[in-house]
Amino acid sequence: MKSSLAPFIALAVLALVPLMGIGNYPLHLLIMVLLWGYVYTSWSIMGRLGMVSFGHGAFLGIGAYVVVMGWNSYGLSPWFGVPIALALTAIVAFLIGYPCFRYKIVGHYFALVTLALSEVTRLIIVALRDQTGGSLGATPKTALAETSWSLGALQFSNKIVWFYVILVFWLLGLWVWKKVDESMGRLALEAISQEEDASASIGINVTRLKLGVTMISALMTCIGGALYAQYQLYVNPETVSGIGISLQMVFGVIAGGMYVRLGPTVGAAFTLLLAEGLRLGFGNKYHALDSTVYGLMLVLFIIYMPKGILGAAMEAMGKRSAPQPKPYSR
Amino acid sequence: MSEVFDIFLLESVLNGLLLGGLLALLSLGLNLIFGVIDVVWICYAELIMVGMYAVYYFHVVFGWPLLLAMLMGILIVAMAGAALHYFVIRPVLAAEPINQLLVTGGVLFFLQAAATLAFGIEFKNLGVTFPPIVVGDISFSMPRLIAFVTALAGMLGMYLFLTRTYIGTAIRAISQDRTIMPLMGVNPNRIFLVTSALGGGLAGLGACLLVLQYDIHPAIGLSFGPITFLICVLGGLGNMVGGFIAAFIFAQFISVGGFFFAIEWGYVIAFLFFIGMMFWRPQGLFTK
Amino acid sequence: MSDAAGNAMLRVEDVSAGYDGFQALFGVSLEVNAGESVAVIGPNGAGKTTLLRAISKLIGVTGGDIAMEGRSLKSVPAHEVIGYGIAQVPENRRLFPRLTVAENLKMGGFLPSARARHDERLAYVYSLFPRMKERSGQLAGTLSGGEQQMCAIGRALMSGPKLLLLDEPSAGLAPVVVQSIFEMVKRICAEGYTVLIVEQNIRQVLKVVDRAYLLETGRIKQSGPSAQLLASDEIRKAYLGI
Repeated sequence: MKSSLAPFIALAVLALVPLMGIGNYPLHLLIMVLLWGYVYTSWSIMGRLGMVSFGHGAFLGIGAYVVVMGWNSYGLSPWFGVPIALALTAIVAFLIGYPCFRYKIVGHYFALVTLALSEVTRLIIVALRDQTGGSLGATPKTALAETSWSLGALQFSNKIVWFYVILVFWLLGLWVWKKVDESMGRLALEAISQEEDASASIGINVTRLKLGVTMISALMTCIGGALYAQYQLYVNPETVSGIGISLQMVFGVIAGGMYVRLGPTVGAAFTLLLAEGLRLGFGNKYHALDSTVYGLMLVLFIIYMPKGILGAAMEAMGKRSAPQPKPYSR
Repeated sequence: MSEVFDIFLLESVLNGLLLGGLLALLSLGLNLIFGVIDVVWICYAELIMVGMYAVYYFHVVFGWPLLLAMLMGILIVAMAGAALHYFVIRPVLAAEPINQLLVTGGVLFFLQAAATLAFGIEFKNLGVTFPPIVVGDISFSMPRLIAFVTALAGMLGMYLFLTRTYIGTAIRAISQDRTIMPLMGVNPNRIFLVTSALGGGLAGLGACLLVLQYDIHPAIGLSFGPITFLICVLGGLGNMVGGFIAAFIFAQFISVGGFFFAIEWGYVIAFLFFIGMMFWRPQGLFTK
Repeated sequence: MSDAAGNAMLRVEDVSAGYDGFQALFGVSLEVNAGESVAVIGPNGAGKTTLLRAISKLIGVTGGDIAMEGRSLKSVPAHEVIGYGIAQVPENRRLFPRLTVAENLKMGGFLPSARARHDERLAYVYSLFPRMKERSGQLAGTLSGGEQQMCAIGRALMSGPKLLLLDEPSAGLAPVVVQSIFEMVKRICAEGYTVLIVEQNIRQVLKVVDRAYLLETGRIKQSGPSAQLLASDEIRKAYLGI
């Protein structure tokens, strides 16, 4: 009884936080943690099943840029831009996912192929510089000149609105995670990540399962990209696509713990606060000192705490965590 | 990069051939590491970046002769490769493969940021210019020709090393059967270290050739890291011959594609070709 | 066995070993004297291969000690064992399939001390197995089973060992070939090598070796000269089906 109520109490407290008059900056951090928590959760939905994608920057980039470009170049409301971005994401995810899963391109191969995908997406954004602004990035034309919010343009000047919007998506992400677990069943879960041949013989269509999970994960990430663009009102090829952000996602998830539902969110909080802390701590005196230390800490982290913060903590408490399929077998 | 692609299609084809030699050299190092240690260095191109800065500093800042500076660059990257294995890869050799991939991704972050910290984001170059070589209507860039010839020589040297020496044979043997190597009196850890230094040395050689053609900046690795990965995957990871051929195919796409469109589109076309190939020959073009 | 008191070439004393969480050897002791050929026989899963792996230090020894010519191997890492004059022919040959026969042999002589004598050792191995000379440029993976065994034994001989450890040389080979393998083992013994051989093919191996130990579930059950074991009721009933 007590344990089943606890998450709801925690959620209620979380939902009340922005109303307690915390400053703009802490609120911004909280929004970013939830937003990246949502994106990292989306990544983990496929990542923890052994499909380690280094290419989610592609989906994030499509979500962000299609919506912003639709609005800027064609005056297309994000309400139409998002479905277009989703359709494009679905096509790309299929083109990459189908041959990989059909022909069992796994492990290092899959990681490298997806890594290239994210980089190619970045290159396309840069190459379309006439429309996208190239590597300088782009700002959605403001609809807030006379009002403080515009539902049609999906622009809100009040951060509290964004907090609740993103909170809803974050919860949705956690819910999808749970649904994927439930609907697939333990057998399929294990089959998908290790015993491919064995599961094929008991009638599980591994290719279709993997493709389905990949679609869900990619589409959710795409929405994350759109949310990011609309909240920040600025997109840059480096921050929403390419190798950097793709690796960052995987780092965040590993840091938090891939096999625990709140792991990705913990990872998002950890990496974000670490990066912010280092940035504030070192100031702007030495350009890139903060990211140097950040990179070093990531390396040490992976070597010495491979299960992630939450994973390690739960292990220390002797708690049984969710089923842990092997990340992938070669 | 785009100024190299102009005038003639034939010229782009020939330039693509020259680029292919260079890409083949880059993929060789990555394939060597993967074939022997079963680990992919995501940060491979960043090691090349380190090598480019090393050559730049020894030549331009410390005033060493170019060839000496290049030797120093190769040496430094070789040592960096060995250090990468010793300090980063070795502790995670028994860990899950995703962590092995990710840890070198962390090194990528680290090297990029550290290079920004140490050298700033300004573009640097050797300030060495070569006259183009003109044959009839076609002109070649001298650095490309040098890169092509040196890359082929480097690969030949690597081939001889792997087939003629004890250590080289052991490197090939360990990729086929790791567990019985101690029965031959071979210390696998030592072979891994030597292989890592060799892989680093190849990256260093690549750096020497690239620094003749391109400006140096902390993110330069991103310009050819992903294409190197694709080449290795297309040729079959760890398959050095496959990587060699795939490098020349990709170079044509980049060069000729870049001739018709902007250079970025050359990469995009190469990638689309790659996706198409996956539907056709999913296990790599040249799997054994 | 009067000299068993102190000058055995290989002395295995009260050795326990296993794989993580699973103990395969329980206090095994045996000796091999210089010039002798000794077999360890026993059923599948008795721990025979584990014993050879323990001697070669491929797996950790949890108790007891192994000494070669009086020198303990306790703190010797696996890749240095061959330097003590111990060469092993692993189970299933384990050749490097994509190296040529000559390259496989070259790997057997990897030790710096062996490299200096490479040509001499190679000529010796070729004289022992002329077939290997004919096949020297062929990839080892394309050899027949019997040829692979020749190559594996040749590879072990390249280091110029004093003691040769043979792990199930007849396993997985056709009956016709098995016969020739034991001929080969006999020749190796005649060449003056000290041999410790592990085999399931008990009838055949006992015809070749001087002495044998019977290993069952990780413990030595019986030992003695081959003829004596061949005549033992227990062995005849349990393993020879007589």
